Amino acid sequence: MTVSTRTLASLACVALLGGCATFYEIPIETPLTPKLDISKFQRVLIAGFISGGSEDVDANVETARLLRSQLRRNSELEVIDAEVLPLLEIASQQARLTEREDGTVPDGFATAEADDPEDPIGEDDSMTEEELEAYETIFANVGYWRDLGEEYQNPLILTGSIYFSPHARSGMVTREREVYDSFGRRRTVPVRTYRDRRGFVLSPKFIFIDGETGATLYTERHREEILYDASQNTPALSSYFELMDRLLPSVLGAFSTQSIRGTRTLLK
Amino acid sequence: MVRKRLFALALVLVLGVATPRAQATSDAKAQVAFGITVARRGLWREAMYRWQRAIDLDPTYAPAWNNLGIAFEHDGRFDEAREAYETALDLDPNNFLIEQNYDLFLEVNDRVNQNPR
Repeated sequence: MTVSTRTLASLACVALLGGCATFYEIPIETPLTPKLDISKFQRVLIAGFISGGSEDVDANVETARLLRSQLRRNSELEVIDAEVLPLLEIASQQARLTEREDGTVPDGFATAEADDPEDPIGEDDSMTEEELEAYETIFANVGYWRDLGEEYQNPLILTGSIYFSPHARSGMVTREREVYDSFGRRRTVPVRTYRDRRGFVLSPKFIFIDGETGATLYTERHREEILYDASQNTPALSSYFELMDRLLPSVLGAFSTQSIRGTRTLLK
Repeated sequence: MVRKRLFALALVLVLGVATPRAQATSDAKAQVAFGITVARRGLWREAMYRWQRAIDLDPTYAPAWNNLGIAFEHDGRFDEAREAYETALDLDPNNFLIEQNYDLFLEVNDRVNQNPR
């Protein structure tokens, strides 16, 4: 068989196989409708977040900044440029007012304020997730959000709480180890080893509020964690962005039609 | 002689029933093939029409249901996509490719179900 005959035979085989193919991969783009009906809003205010956990990252400011830039790119809503509210302080003040009026301390505040009565906010790394939750009563304060909404001509308000904290976990992990056999061939085998790992946990709660009524429209809660080898020194801020990256599509999905790209197989 | 006549009669009956059915399957296959050609060019509406025609012609033709499921999914019609995929799987339960499409669809559907609207 000459080369040209072989080539022709191969081409014929390929053509034959192609002609007989019984399936075809096809890319598809599945639309996801927005989670919220935001048709009545033209503008969005990223008000600020009550935040706690790590002192290395100002989760309130960083989250507000990140969401603003993402929404400018991915949403048709106009993003309002405003100072990020120190929401933890505001929540704390509101709690103290309630305390004075009622003579009662809302659950959780007593613990958070015990360390330093002059600095009742307690924004330090000792604040637990449960302590942070105590400040979430601010989200139920309809009057506060309605007043804030009025100030900005009734936009959609995005707020919530962000708990970002160092996290450590030890235990067995599976790793791939390279081994060479007697012929010098390389292969990998799974090996179970005990490791100390350190990282961060991000537990945000996003709350969407109608700026006209002050009522909560929708709440979304997430929890993500990242762990590294104890010897690895990863900056808190880069871990924060890595964790936020994972949940941003879901948060942005509340505002605009997103689509999921994938591949399916058509059959003949 | 009688046996020959009976055999001929039976043959006519079998052919009389089988031929239209074979014809329907063949027509359904042609519709499915054309649907694939147009879907690959991005003409999903036309493809959907062709696959629905194929199902009208032969409702037992699993590839037509599978492809229709994909078209519905592409159009964001999740309930109809689920029904189409499940019918395809009922008709051809051992087809790995239909099963794979269905599993991928379920993943997407889970995300949609988190939707409060």
